[in-house]
Amino acid sequence: MHRKTEAGVNIGRRPCAVVPPGGWPRRLPPPFNPCFHEPAIVKLVAENLVVDRGGRTILDGLSLAAIGGEALLLTGPNGAGKTTLLRTLAGFLPQVSGTIRFEGGDADKTIAEQAHVVGHGNGVKANLTVHENLLFWAAFLETEAAAERVRTALTHFGLDALDHYPAAYLSAGQKRRLGLARLLVAHRPLWFLDEPTMSLDTASTTRLAVAIDAHTAGGGLVLAATHLPLGLARARTFDLPSALPGFRTTAAEARL
Amino acid sequence: MNAFWTLVGRDIRLAVREGGALGTALGFFLIVVAMMPLGLGPDLNLLSRIAPGILWIALLLAALLSLGRIFETDYEDGTLDVFATASLPLELVAAAKALAHWLTTGIPLALLAPVLGVLLNLDVKTYPVLMATMLVGTPAVSFLGAIGAALTVKARRGGLLLALIVLPLYVPTLIFGISVISASAGPSGVGSSFLILMAISLISIALGPLAAAAALRIQLQ
Repeated sequence: MHRKTEAGVNIGRRPCAVVPPGGWPRRLPPPFNPCFHEPAIVKLVAENLVVDRGGRTILDGLSLAAIGGEALLLTGPNGAGKTTLLRTLAGFLPQVSGTIRFEGGDADKTIAEQAHVVGHGNGVKANLTVHENLLFWAAFLETEAAAERVRTALTHFGLDALDHYPAAYLSAGQKRRLGLARLLVAHRPLWFLDEPTMSLDTASTTRLAVAIDAHTAGGGLVLAATHLPLGLARARTFDLPSALPGFRTTAAEARL
Repeated sequence: MNAFWTLVGRDIRLAVREGGALGTALGFFLIVVAMMPLGLGPDLNLLSRIAPGILWIALLLAALLSLGRIFETDYEDGTLDVFATASLPLELVAAAKALAHWLTTGIPLALLAPVLGVLLNLDVKTYPVLMATMLVGTPAVSFLGAIGAALTVKARRGGLLLALIVLPLYVPTLIFGISVISASAGPSGVGSSFLILMAISLISIALGPLAAAAALRIQLQ
């Protein structure tokens, strides 16, 4: 049977007793499929990461490891390098030295291809309706059962009623919710979220936390740069110290 | 490849809904060509002699106006980040966007050219050749333009920079586009120039997306 870690993640595999020639169809759900394998445990490891931006060293010898089933919240003062770290891990920024490994994923794909990246922009087109925006991402990210997933994602982020409304008329918070709904239209084991709660109200922040919890419960890995605690079930905080003296607010300055 | 056609479809839909960009390009094309006879005087022989050149240059300038749009909005709203996480390579993303640009700008401009030829007293017999050269030559305009658009995506108000980067690349297309039209009146026919024009477009289609994707990877940083 499944062993459970403290974090509640399934590890280990169900032993496979009977195998028909050609194997069991992989899509069959567990009760009908004696060979159903839990997805392998994913792990993102960065070692001695050094990243420069604009001639300054932002990350200097940073190491971190995150295991599927947990949400790693990156905290730190403005300018500490949270966005830089996320974009480096996603493979958008080159590192000066150090290694980034993603274990347990698809070896044929890059980290970016197995990740959702939600940055400061929402990837929302003003001239498409809410539904068309999500349907495009579902098709573009090559999801199966796109229509169904889009429906679920819209419902989860409370955008049902705005379905056929052009995205141009959405409020900033609603656009953010639409941007976040993309996380649910295609399954990717890794989520990189940069300030995901930007312009969200309390209720929407809770919906986001529920989505993150559901993702980690399924063995997914979430890295989020955020200043809010979010109230997640399986979260760990990783504090980035400011690399630049000029950006660090000392206690004495904070009192002024 | 589904993702490729999905992206082409989305870009065409956006271009149709926004409308403004194509309208601006067509309007600019019309205005530039319409101003030529006013500036050059009513010398019909002169106008019909220089008409192919004016039409081609005006077409290139009009297409240039809409090039910035290829990647700019996607960069601004964060769509480019998501493109970079797709299993569709960035090269094909660039190709899809350049193809959509050709379908929504290159073809309408080429179809408008004969109409504007009337303003320049262009010989009616050269209309089919003119349209053929423009339809065959404009893919190079879109696919080479994508390189410039990708390079200037981060530059605020990079329109002029885009023109400086891209217009020199259009020189071969312009030369052979015109030479096809002038050759069509001569005894040797359009053959070789037309083939070279096609070759320029095919090379642009093959190499443009590679260069544009390389530029986009730098912009992602």
